Amino acid sequence: MGLQSFLFYYFAIVIIATAALTVSRRNPIHSVMFLVPCFIHTAGLFLLLGAEFLAAIQVLVYTGAIMVLYLFVVFLLDLPSFRIKKITHQQTPLAVLAGLVLVVQIIVLTVVAVFPRPAAEVKAPYFLGNTEAVGASLYTTFLFPFELASLVLLVAIFGAVVLARRERGEELP
Amino acid sequence: MQEELILGYLPILVFLIIVTCVGAGMIIASALIGRKNPNSEKISTYECGMVPIKDARQRFDVRFYLIAMLFILFDIEVVFLYPWAVLFDRFNPVIFGFIEMVLFIVILLFGYIYIWRKGVLSWS
Amino acid sequence: MLDILVPDFRVIAPELILIVTAFVIIFWELITRTARHGMSIFLGAAGTLVALAVTASLAQKTISTFGDALVLDPFASFFKMIFLVGLLLTIAISTRYMVDEGTKDHSEYYGLLILAVVGMMVLATGRELITIFLGLELMSMSLYVLAGLFKTDVRSNEAALKYFVLGSFATCFMLFGMSYIYGIAGTTHLRQIGRAIAENPALLADKGLILGMFTLLVGFAFKISAVPFHQWTPDVYEGAPTSVTAFMSAGPKAAAFAAMIRVLMEALPLMKTDWELLFTVVAVLTMTVGNLVALAQESVKRMLAYSSIAHVGYILIAFVASVGGHADRALSAILFYLLAYTFMNTGAFAILIFLRREGISGEKLDDFAGLSRRSPIGALAMLIFLFSLAGIPPTAGFAAKLSVFYAAVQGGYYALVVIGVINSAVAAYYYLRVVVVMYMQEPATEGGYAGTSPLLWAGIALALAGTIVLGVLPGGVLEAARLSVISLL
Repeated sequence: MGLQSFLFYYFAIVIIATAALTVSRRNPIHSVMFLVPCFIHTAGLFLLLGAEFLAAIQVLVYTGAIMVLYLFVVFLLDLPSFRIKKITHQQTPLAVLAGLVLVVQIIVLTVVAVFPRPAAEVKAPYFLGNTEAVGASLYTTFLFPFELASLVLLVAIFGAVVLARRERGEELP
Repeated sequence: MQEELILGYLPILVFLIIVTCVGAGMIIASALIGRKNPNSEKISTYECGMVPIKDARQRFDVRFYLIAMLFILFDIEVVFLYPWAVLFDRFNPVIFGFIEMVLFIVILLFGYIYIWRKGVLSWS
Repeated sequence: MLDILVPDFRVIAPELILIVTAFVIIFWELITRTARHGMSIFLGAAGTLVALAVTASLAQKTISTFGDALVLDPFASFFKMIFLVGLLLTIAISTRYMVDEGTKDHSEYYGLLILAVVGMMVLATGRELITIFLGLELMSMSLYVLAGLFKTDVRSNEAALKYFVLGSFATCFMLFGMSYIYGIAGTTHLRQIGRAIAENPALLADKGLILGMFTLLVGFAFKISAVPFHQWTPDVYEGAPTSVTAFMSAGPKAAAFAAMIRVLMEALPLMKTDWELLFTVVAVLTMTVGNLVALAQESVKRMLAYSSIAHVGYILIAFVASVGGHADRALSAILFYLLAYTFMNTGAFAILIFLRREGISGEKLDDFAGLSRRSPIGALAMLIFLFSLAGIPPTAGFAAKLSVFYAAVQGGYYALVVIGVINSAVAAYYYLRVVVVMYMQEPATEGGYAGTSPLLWAGIALALAGTIVLGVLPGGVLEAARLSVISLL
């Protein structure tokens, strides 16, 4: 087993383990905290694939910003009452079954899928440097989606303010 | 090629191992050699020298969440700036490269104006 | 050197007009610090009309720009006009409703409606997976916020949350599918994906490509609310503000259809046999489930939600039929159906808004009791909309269903047509039940209708005109629809 596959299995196992811990912990704060190693190891996977820029973004945006957001969501909840309840109900077995079926299907189909060898263009990152390669297609070929992304972010700002801001004297349910 | 890339990150791996060892070492060392004689005053919650009045686990105001949300949005904006900055002198013509980023930022600037004029940032 | 080419701005001219309109509406109020509801309505309607005129003037052109990420062809133009008509109708019917419901976010309401339409237009013009995805997100994000606009109403909160959570889940499926298609074809441009598959037919047997297509279609099926991805529809449609429901049930669905048709026709035409089978099953399920559950509804708003699911089933018949010999007829039937549905369905929701008054939501079946006596014109308008939804001549709904069934017969899909006709008969029951209540029952309460306004009447009149004109003289629009799908084949 080469260094690369050793690192892959290390990252993959830690990701799966921490993700499982995230959904199974009863204390929401613990759940959120397990996401931190999960996100960082995902960045490791990106790094293995040669996507250095993506790995940096993963740490910056997910472990930085998204985690803060998740923590605030947990702070918004009434924590003590949440901790006591066991979070299972009658749908759990069915949901687990459906999830397992889907996972097995995806694994089977992925194993039999034939991904063609990367063409020459995919090698570009190593000549250009990773960040440059991302930019080179983002600001030329994908210029329109790039500008559209800012509009999507703007709508998200509108949405956050419209839905979460409380007017004076307004009682929200 | 892949291997080379990974080996380039070896110093970071070494750094991570050292950091983990130092951090874990401090905790373990203090647990082993520290003197322990707790009293009720010592183990109570420390809050700037004030006597704690109630449980710290309360619901936060939704305004914190708004700030976190805005932080993410502008964080993502900054992310888009990195690849643009490293490529800036290679755009042809350069002015178009400049315009497309200005457009991107101006649209988000409208978002900032919106937040500001809606009074989200003023906590009365 | 990274060459940046000047894009052809004609392709996104209506989008740019709408974006500027939305910005002016939202920021005018913020900067002058005066709330002007009338100003928002006027600007919104004016911007929509200008965009409509620009779209119409470019309707015959085929221009591709932004490195083929966007293409303006007659197909896209036809859909853009459907969205703009839907937007115009929505603005007209929501003016008094927004005031009556006491929401303060007027400018955001109109701004987000318009930005949602921009997202839909990108969906109709996008010829590249990432562009399509972002268009979908722009549309969906705006709709999530609009569904939850009535912050003090628990049902509206529930609608927004449900729509957001399930919508994000569907988006994940769609992205997953896109990543597989990209991984196998090596490109996100639809035409190039089509070419890559055509050049290497071995890919067709690749299970990864089938997985990619399937999960991509799960995302689309959610957006058009096809069974079994329809569960969100009744709750969201019922909880959202009525004007938003009217808007959501027409435009966004048409937009999702536009993108789905373009992806399957341009990128995956060689996988026809796979998606033919898939959509045959989904069409039958969608029609049957939608209609059967609609029978049991006491709330007219919820009934219309299930009926909108059933209508998606009819449209999917035409989509299946497009695999057969007469693809142009089948696809043009879809376009015609979506336009007709925009008129008749928005009209029906406009009557719900018309019935709203102090203490009465206008959503219950009982609220329709004795409508013929209290407002003969309102009852007549609802009668025509319901006849059209049921597919009774001479209305738009009849012409639309006829063109769908005709295309299916030509393609040889007799079983689907039989199931469709049986379903239409079942559907007639619950539509006509409302008519019976309107004309046969005594009104439960006395009093006028607070929700009426000249603009609401104008909206109802426009919807009525569309429903009748498309029903009596469908030929011209059907031919225009046929000409606009030819570029896809």
